[in-house]
Amino acid sequence: MRTSYSIIFSITKTHLLTRIKQSAIAALGVTFGIGTFIILISFMTGLNGLLDGLVLNRTPHIQLYNEISPSQKQPVQLADNFTGDFNIIHSIKPKNNLIRIHNAIPIINKLKADSRILGITPQVSAKVSYLAGSIELNGMVSGINVKEEMRLFNFDDYVVKGSALDLLRNNKGIILGAGAADKLSLKVGDKIQVGTITGGIIPLKIVGIFQTGLAEVDNVQSYVNLKMAQQLLGQGNNYISNIHIKLHDMSLAAGMAKTISKEYNVSALDIIAANAQFETGTSIRNLITYAVSITLLIVAGFGIYNILNMLIYEKMKDIAILKATGFSGEDVRRIFISQAMIIGFTGGVLGLIIGYLVSVMISHVPMEFEALPTIKTYPVNFDPMFYIIGIIFALISTFLAGYLPSRKAAKIDPVEIIRGQ
Amino acid sequence: MKILEAKNINKYFENPVSFHVLKDISFSIDEGEFVSIMGKSGCGKSTLLYILSTMDTQYQGDLFFAEEKMSGKNSKELAHIRNAHIGFVFQFHYLLPEFTVLENVMLPAKKLDLLNHTKIKKEALGKLEMLGVADQAFKRASRISGGQKQRVSIARALINNPKIIMGDEPTGNLDSKNADNVFKIFKEISDLNKLSLLIVTHDLDFAKKNRSHHRNGRWTNNITIKLTLW
Repeated sequence: MRTSYSIIFSITKTHLLTRIKQSAIAALGVTFGIGTFIILISFMTGLNGLLDGLVLNRTPHIQLYNEISPSQKQPVQLADNFTGDFNIIHSIKPKNNLIRIHNAIPIINKLKADSRILGITPQVSAKVSYLAGSIELNGMVSGINVKEEMRLFNFDDYVVKGSALDLLRNNKGIILGAGAADKLSLKVGDKIQVGTITGGIIPLKIVGIFQTGLAEVDNVQSYVNLKMAQQLLGQGNNYISNIHIKLHDMSLAAGMAKTISKEYNVSALDIIAANAQFETGTSIRNLITYAVSITLLIVAGFGIYNILNMLIYEKMKDIAILKATGFSGEDVRRIFISQAMIIGFTGGVLGLIIGYLVSVMISHVPMEFEALPTIKTYPVNFDPMFYIIGIIFALISTFLAGYLPSRKAAKIDPVEIIRGQ
Repeated sequence: MKILEAKNINKYFENPVSFHVLKDISFSIDEGEFVSIMGKSGCGKSTLLYILSTMDTQYQGDLFFAEEKMSGKNSKELAHIRNAHIGFVFQFHYLLPEFTVLENVMLPAKKLDLLNHTKIKKEALGKLEMLGVADQAFKRASRISGGQKQRVSIARALINNPKIIMGDEPTGNLDSKNADNVFKIFKEISDLNKLSLLIVTHDLDFAKKNRSHHRNGRWTNNITIKLTLW
């Protein structure tokens, strides 16, 4: 026969309330541990997300391009006369052809049917020089599909002056990197001459300035419409130099890059290979966060263990009398376990609340860095998963901290205590 | 009906040296009997009581409660029997100090869980009334006097209407006036409810006062335990 929870709970409640200071200190230990865990992990993962997003958001999951490389099969190997011979060819050079993807449009159409792919945008890259007054600056123009770039790679986030949509409306528009614009002393609305490799010069109007925070990009890169870039190169509609693919699930990138590369005979670079250092950085930072949080929770757990242990020594007589009047060892264990759990739960919930409030505060602290134009305040990740992990951890650690003392309480022999008087 | 029956109870203490404290003790208590266990300090009175109360299970021999064998039952079953059928009164009242007097009395009934809260409360107040401490009901147990505490602990012992009340020196910590009071209460309760009482005492005064005849147990101890019948 099992004792009803109401009586266990009423004893538990009385024990906790009559020692409110001790209970509060034990609960505050948990609060501190969980609160710090929430703050740490929210802030750390927020920062991680920011740092990763800085590169990963604008990096395609898979890029297709054509690498300039010498032909794998040289003419001598194709000639029947020389089959089986040991041919040595010196000084092989790649053929001077444009870095275009062959059959780019059919490839794009075929890939669009793949359900794993979120979106595909073609790009045309051209080496150019920017001319303004007497200054000439080397640069790189990318022709883009503005709408798709905005949808897939948050292009508009990086346009700090003017607007990405203006590019859509103005075929002769250009969005210039902030570094290049600085050097050329140009602003939105100004004209710029763009010189192509083939020698032509095309005047374009600056409709926007973009800034990624990465100087090597901001100093050279600019964006025009896809058609304009093809025009700069003197090429037709089917000239595509890069295809950028965004997937629903980033983790598939490596595998898909391999199969696409094989199937369509193009070079394919996946995001993980391109940004290996970010993956490593993220996981190490997460590891540190979890290690620190777990340490805090273990310390809080020892606090609870201590206080319950003390409580049980103080309550020896009470335990003996409960047992004499018919409470079983299991009842006594449940009394002390539920004390630990109540301490853990209230402390944990309070920790979540405090953690949340401090996180909200942090997320309102202004943070302005030249390099991070899209970020105005400190980034904080309010993932509900952290709160679930936090409360589960609080309950588990307090259960463990309460388990041993309560087992000891359950084993107390009432005869020894009563006779000991 | 025999409420309690002991057959050839033997008990050894192993520490610090093996010591045969209870030798072949056999006796029984009938419904409504008032039995006291007497003897010199250290002769094993309390040890016997704790065996009879089912709290101490480290003994040889057989113990029957209401003609049901207790030896060999697990601790949970024994706890239930104590809860439902045995009331305890200790030398040091042993109330739970953080709880109110009323809560202390209600606790064993709540554990038994036969009545609802309101009925238990009514019962408890009735018992306190009977013992003349109803006015203390809502005070913390740590705030009342020694004599009052002992009455409250008797009320607690009575709350589940047990078959037997066991007391370990229930008057040992009280002055003679309070002690007399307690025994008067025991006698009344016993007469009223056909309740058996088993009291350990070294208070020869009390024993003489109340003794009607000597029951012959088999006392083969090197020490004497006298079983006195009301």
